[in-house]
Amino acid sequence: MQAWHFTEMPYPHLPPLDDIPSIRVTLPNKYFDPKIGADLYNRYLDEHVIADELGLNIMLNEHHQTATCLDAAAPLMAAILARQTKKARICILGNPIANRGDPIRIAEEMAMIDCISRGRLDVGIVRGVPYEIFAANTNPTQTLDRLWEGVELVVKAWTSHEGPFNFEGRFTHKRAVNIWPRPYQQPHPQIWITGSSDKENIKKVASLGYVFATFLQPYDKVKEMFDTYRANYIERGLPTGGGVAYMPLVYTGNSDEEAEKGAQELTWYLKSKTAPQFRNPPGYVPVATNVKALQGAYSGRTDAVRSQGLDYLKEQGVLIYGTPDSVAQQVKRFYKLVGGFDHLLMMQQSGFLDHKRTVSSMTLFAREVYPQIKDLPRTVAQEARASA
Amino acid sequence: MSPTGIQKTHIDVGGIKIELERRGQGKPLLLLQGEEALEAEAPFLDDLAKDYELLIPAPPGFGTSDRPDWIGNPSDIAYVYLDLVEKLAIGKAPLLGFSLGGWIAAEMATKDDSFISKLVLVAPLGIKVGGPTARDIADIWTLNPKEIMALKWFDPEKGKRDFPSMPEEKLAVIARNTESFARFCWDPYMHNPKLKHRLHRINVPTLLIWGEKDGIVKPDYGAAYRDLIRGSKITFVPDARHFPHIEQPQTFMGHLRDFLK
Repeated sequence: MQAWHFTEMPYPHLPPLDDIPSIRVTLPNKYFDPKIGADLYNRYLDEHVIADELGLNIMLNEHHQTATCLDAAAPLMAAILARQTKKARICILGNPIANRGDPIRIAEEMAMIDCISRGRLDVGIVRGVPYEIFAANTNPTQTLDRLWEGVELVVKAWTSHEGPFNFEGRFTHKRAVNIWPRPYQQPHPQIWITGSSDKENIKKVASLGYVFATFLQPYDKVKEMFDTYRANYIERGLPTGGGVAYMPLVYTGNSDEEAEKGAQELTWYLKSKTAPQFRNPPGYVPVATNVKALQGAYSGRTDAVRSQGLDYLKEQGVLIYGTPDSVAQQVKRFYKLVGGFDHLLMMQQSGFLDHKRTVSSMTLFAREVYPQIKDLPRTVAQEARASA
Repeated sequence: MSPTGIQKTHIDVGGIKIELERRGQGKPLLLLQGEEALEAEAPFLDDLAKDYELLIPAPPGFGTSDRPDWIGNPSDIAYVYLDLVEKLAIGKAPLLGFSLGGWIAAEMATKDDSFISKLVLVAPLGIKVGGPTARDIADIWTLNPKEIMALKWFDPEKGKRDFPSMPEEKLAVIARNTESFARFCWDPYMHNPKLKHRLHRINVPTLLIWGEKDGIVKPDYGAAYRDLIRGSKITFVPDARHFPHIEQPQTFMGHLRDFLK
């Protein structure tokens, strides 16, 4: 089991959340004070450096036009941390390839960071979340197709070493592709793909030997996804191997009371709301799901989880908090409930949770929880199981 | 059910299965519905079906028509429809289009207007007349659903639809129509930058009908459309926004009959 520290790098100094129609897409940037922003950027980077010193890995992401995430360009943060950290693996989860529109630029940036970090990079490639369609103005009806064509082109660019090739796909046309540098890791860095209920997509991720990741979902849904992955996983000889990753909110405290307070702070992330027209752009989810939406039974992918209290979130494994032994127990319970997993992606900071308490929670986790879960077995490939 | 009878068929157009509804009796009239396909259920249609045999195709991706990947915009749909017209061998007929259907009709007419006796465009989308930050067409994909209703309907009550009580089969068509509308019209947003440079090619009598209070494409937009089509006229329907044919069917039918007679 690998553990990863993560924060979305929020800007929480806003008018009361209830007074804001949407924290994403349309919130005017007059509410962003660049001086406070500068402090926050440096503070969040400091915490990633501390994660490295504590023996945790580092996860980064990017979102656009939202106060929930100041990291609008994950490769920039990854490039800084490639220099400022020593041992941690750095995972960008991910590069929103359907929205960025230039897979070759992504292939180049990732190859650079992989070289600078001497092979410590994991490369998440994602289709982008629904509300981001608007900032990128990507056609919402074909993001999955764009994702997979982009992945194909990135991998081809990374692994072509004998000079240029041309690419004329459905979405991207490129001439004389011949990237410098090429990645440090061979044949190329491990690729991570995120997803939720789309089983065909999970099967594809598994059969390519990539890592599959999902966030903040109840354990029965996670188990369904991970079962699908396990049944289709093929080992492809990629560095650090395949497997599945799950992200809960995590707060580790010295006492139950302290942990509950920290957990409460983390739920800021779940309470930040998005206006209805940005939650489900046309064609982002399949027709069958939109039939449910018309019937009033679906209003966005994460709505069911967002409105719940601490007890429910804890029971479902969406929010893990407590003293170190309790956190270890909860991780092990979740591991059992979902049939095992390989990467624990921890959102250990959110909202107003300050530097001191964030570092305290991270430190307790690294010193007292991580040793208890580190040896939980990794996902085994199909063929390996068959021959065992 | 219409007193004049409705017949639904599918026609193979160059390997694409296109749904075609026939309704009424008389000379043929090709009717292209709007993106929400509200026309087929609107009362004015039965009235029109007394005078004409209405031919109402569903564009690729709408209704039960196929949606091949190569169809990317209304100009592509126009080529499919020109093939359909040829296949139906209807001779010269009036062409009537609403909103997205008006846009497709205009695209068809710029490519080949030889089959069109008269062209009627009701609040068509499809052109951009202002600068980069001008909102020529209200951005329905970033507005709140309530705001959109107020732009589309003079009386928003008329636009209300009781989705939960509809059968799933119908909801699936509605959801797919919405998806296909976004597929073809997301970017460039509800227009073809080339169309306004081609509208001068239309050389048939053309009438534009516009809701006087249309909030999706305002009357000025209609006037710009008129100026780009030689000899065309525009008429405004009071107390209507984007659906003058549904909100004011009598006034609408009056204008339409006058023009087509």
